Amino acid sequence: MIAIKNIYKKFGKLEVLNDVNLTFNKGECIALIGPNGCGKTTLIKSVLGMVIPTKGDILFDQKSILNKYKYRDQIGYMPQIGRYPDYMTVGQIIEMIKKIRNSNEDLDEDLIKAFELEKIFDKQMRTLSGGTTQKVSAILAFLFNPEVLILDEPTAGLDPLASEILKEKIIKEREKGKLILITSHLLSELDDMISQIVFMQDGKVHFHKTIPDLLETTGEQKISKAIASILKKKNTETRNPKLATSL
Amino acid sequence: MNRIIKIIFLDILKNKIVLAYTLILGLLSWSSFGLEDNSAKGLLTILNVILFTVPLVSILFATIYLYNSSEFIELLLSQPVKRKKIWLSLFLGLSLSMVAAFFIGAGIPLLINAPDRVGIMMVIVGCLISIIFVALAFLSSILTRDKAKGIGIAIMTWLYFALLFDGMVLFLLFQLSDYPIEKAMVAVTALSPIDLARIQILLQLDVSAMMGYTGAIFKDFFGTAMGLIVSFALLCLWIIIPFSISLRKFKNKDL
Repeated sequence: MIAIKNIYKKFGKLEVLNDVNLTFNKGECIALIGPNGCGKTTLIKSVLGMVIPTKGDILFDQKSILNKYKYRDQIGYMPQIGRYPDYMTVGQIIEMIKKIRNSNEDLDEDLIKAFELEKIFDKQMRTLSGGTTQKVSAILAFLFNPEVLILDEPTAGLDPLASEILKEKIIKEREKGKLILITSHLLSELDDMISQIVFMQDGKVHFHKTIPDLLETTGEQKISKAIASILKKKNTETRNPKLATSL
Repeated sequence: MNRIIKIIFLDILKNKIVLAYTLILGLLSWSSFGLEDNSAKGLLTILNVILFTVPLVSILFATIYLYNSSEFIELLLSQPVKRKKIWLSLFLGLSLSMVAAFFIGAGIPLLINAPDRVGIMMVIVGCLISIIFVALAFLSSILTRDKAKGIGIAIMTWLYFALLFDGMVLFLLFQLSDYPIEKAMVAVTALSPIDLARIQILLQLDVSAMMGYTGAIFKDFFGTAMGLIVSFALLCLWIIIPFSISLRKFKNKDL
């Protein structure tokens, strides 16, 4: 469904993405992991067309997304740090996005109910806490029943109850056969959600494996342990102190 | 397109600065007509308002508004909306509200107190100047991510067109007064929208003597119908060129 082909991105001299090649298909739930600043968010934003790659192409349903916008109809995006106009209320933001999307499909308002957001519909965005802002972002991502969900650090900043609600929702959507892309640092949280894992480092894809494959090759039971054992192995090879502390 | 323009337009109308701007323009216009029996003097006062206040407010307000709506732009970009549409909607929304403020504040008293060629000309030129400086604001805000820098560029742009450019033209005129540069000066005015507007209105007012040396030269060219069309076309270019440069940059911007 999404094919990323030889993507390069440079911010000035800094090379953020370096020849990234990935393919994601429907029904999969993929975790993008890697140390801070390895290019996860840049990769996601390139798929969304918010960052324009220096070189390379991204295909969505076999069609290039460069200079296109219609395909975003089928994507729900939850940013790492949602930034919203300060003086709009929660209700106004949701209304506005509804108007802009102008979709005829049924709206998925499960999360509004689950997060009990009706109570704060008349609050201005600038008065909201970080976690509540994240809830608004999550609601907007799921609202239009998109085929693809891109979630950048979805549970960061959410309280345990809310992140549990969100996880359940993600699993429910995965079962409907949607493509879900998640970036996260909390490996333990990913265990029951994901089917594939992409590990990025310094703008390159280090590996892209299915979970059974990963567990088998490392001989571990849990994803977090499997990753840790790979990193340890790699660590002795590269002696990169950054890696030891980042995960 | 219309949905986004509507959202932006309503958002700007809620802004108290625009309301204050409209009120101040209205106050200035009505009092300058009220103080004198002679409407020509009132017109001259309003001319100064058009040439200094309107550009300043338009460019500053639009620049600050653009920086403040960076979150809004980011939000829209993750939705199925064309980049061009977002930028164009912002431009139309801002231009529309600046023109509306000018028209209500200064346009209506102008049309009531001087309902002739001059009055209509001033309204048109004032609207054009508003839009031109909104377009320049788009250019200055896309050049840098830093809000303080962007506003600095906007103020510099205004200072340049409102004051420095005239000084430079005068300097050139005196320095090169031995040479026949009159015709070249006509071309030089095209480089400043404020000068174009000033000449256009002063020629209508028939007080070109007040413009001094420059005025006499331009009467020949801008006084004709052809000159009128050319100068309006130039004013339109001052809208189109800065905006399309900013649009090109916005299309390739990383957010």
